[in-house]
Amino acid sequence: MSWTKKHLLDVESLTVAEIMTVLDTARSFKAVGRRAIKKVPALRGKTVVNLFVEPSTRTRTSFELAAIRLSADVINFSAEASSFKKGETLKDTAKNLEALNADFIIIRHSASGAAHFLARALDAHVINAGDGAHEHPTQALLDTFTILEKKGRVAGLNVTILGDILYSRVARSDIWALTKLGANVTLCGPATLVPKAFEQMGCRVTYDVDEAIRDADIINLLRIQHERQRKTMFPSLGEYTNLYGLTKARLARTRPDALIMHPGPINRGVEIDSEVADCGRSVILEQVTNGLAVRMAVLFLVNGGKAPAELSAA
Amino acid sequence: MSDSTVILDAPAIQRSLTRIAHEIAERNEQDREVVLVGIPLGGDHLAARLAKLLAGIWKHEVPFGILDTTMHRDDLDQRPAPTMHPTDIPFDVNGKTVVLVDDVLFSGRTTRAAMDALNDFGRPKRIQLAVLVDRGHRELPIKADFVGKNVPTALDEKISLLLTESGAAQDQVVVKRK
Repeated sequence: MSWTKKHLLDVESLTVAEIMTVLDTARSFKAVGRRAIKKVPALRGKTVVNLFVEPSTRTRTSFELAAIRLSADVINFSAEASSFKKGETLKDTAKNLEALNADFIIIRHSASGAAHFLARALDAHVINAGDGAHEHPTQALLDTFTILEKKGRVAGLNVTILGDILYSRVARSDIWALTKLGANVTLCGPATLVPKAFEQMGCRVTYDVDEAIRDADIINLLRIQHERQRKTMFPSLGEYTNLYGLTKARLARTRPDALIMHPGPINRGVEIDSEVADCGRSVILEQVTNGLAVRMAVLFLVNGGKAPAELSAA
Repeated sequence: MSDSTVILDAPAIQRSLTRIAHEIAERNEQDREVVLVGIPLGGDHLAARLAKLLAGIWKHEVPFGILDTTMHRDDLDQRPAPTMHPTDIPFDVNGKTVVLVDDVLFSGRTTRAAMDALNDFGRPKRIQLAVLVDRGHRELPIKADFVGKNVPTALDEKISLLLTESGAAQDQVVVKRK
C-alpha cells in the first residue's frame, strides 16, 4: 500500500504506485455498491464539506454520495446561495468551514490552483474537484479505472482525446494519468483548442480526426466548454460537429472494440451523436458508477492518519 | 538479530485444521446451516481448507466466502490507509451459522470488525470463531470457539504464516523475536 498524501490536489504529482493504490482501493468500494447495504463505517463521525464555487451536478452528487456511503456527514455549499455573494474571500469561507470542524473540504473553483491554495491555508484534507482549466484528478482516476476494468490494461493502449483540450481540466488530468501508466495519448480537435504545446506533456497532437480515431482503443470525447472560452474559438457548433463530432459514420471507421468515453455532461448532436452515446461501445454511464467508487477510495485514502512511527517521532 | 522459531509445520497445520473441522462438525448438528467466512490475508486460505475437510465429514459441499474487514477497522485515522482485499460472500448469511476463520487471534479487534462487516450482509443465526493460532493479549472481550494452537507470546514478538490455499509442504507458522 502506498498512500501517504494528506490531500488529492492533482494527478501530476502522483506516482504510478499511488494511482494504482487508488484504483485497487476503488475496486473494493465498487463491490460495496453492489451489496444490499451499501454503506460502510470507514469515515463515521467525519464531516465532509462540498465547497462548489462553480456549478456542478454530477461531481458534487458523486462526492456527496461517496461521503454518505462512507458514513461521513456532508454539507453542500454552493456559490449561488453563499457568502461569496456578500464578498467573502475563498480563504475566509474555507477557514469558517474549518472552524466548524470540517475534516474534508472538496473544492471546485474556476481559478486554477484554488485547491492548492486551500491546502496551504487549512489543516483539513483538501480534495480538488476541478480547478479552472488546471486539473480534475478524480475524473482522470475514474477514467483510468474504467479503461483498466474494460481493457485489462492501460499500458500500450491508444487513447484519443477529442474536443476542447485547451480549456479542459479533464484533458490535463487524463493526460497525466494515462501517460504515467504508459498509454499512447493522441489529442485532436480544432487547432484553436488543441495547441501544439500539449506535446510537451508526452502526447501526440493531430488535427486529422479520422486518423486520430482510426487506431484508437479508447475515444474520450470532451465537451466544448462555452463557459470558459473568452472568445469564439471556432466558427459555429454546426461546423464543429461536421469536422470533429463523433457521428455514426465516423464510428464505423474506428476499431470495432474501441470504447467511447465522455466525462459528461454530453451535448447530444454536438460532440457526439445520440445513437453513438447510447450504443453498446459507450461506457459513459459506467464512468459515473466508477466515479462513485473512485471518490470513496480517495476519501478513504486521504483520511489515513500518520504511521505509528511518525506519531512517536512527532 | 531476529530469532525465529517454527511453531507449526505443514503436517501440524493440517492436523490442527482436521481437528478443528471435527470440532465444528461436533458443535453444529445442523450441518446444512454452516458456512465458512475467511478473513484475508491468511484466513481466506484456511476457510477454503476447512470447507474441504468439512465436506469430507458431512459428504456435501460447504459454502465458504471471504470477508475483508478493512472498512470496519477502528484505527483508520491513526494509521496510513490499509490495503483492501476483495470481499466475496457468494451465499445468503441470513439464518446461517457463520464460522469466521482467521489465522491469528491477537487483540480481537479484527474479529470485532469482521462481526460488524458481516452484519452488512445479513443477520446470521450465530457466529463462531475458528483460528489457527491464539497468541493472547486480547483487548476486547472475544474468545475463539475453535483454536489450532495456543501460543503464549510477548507483545514484541511477531507471528508470521506461510500458507497456501491447498496446503503445501512449505506451509509453516513462525514466531519471530525482534
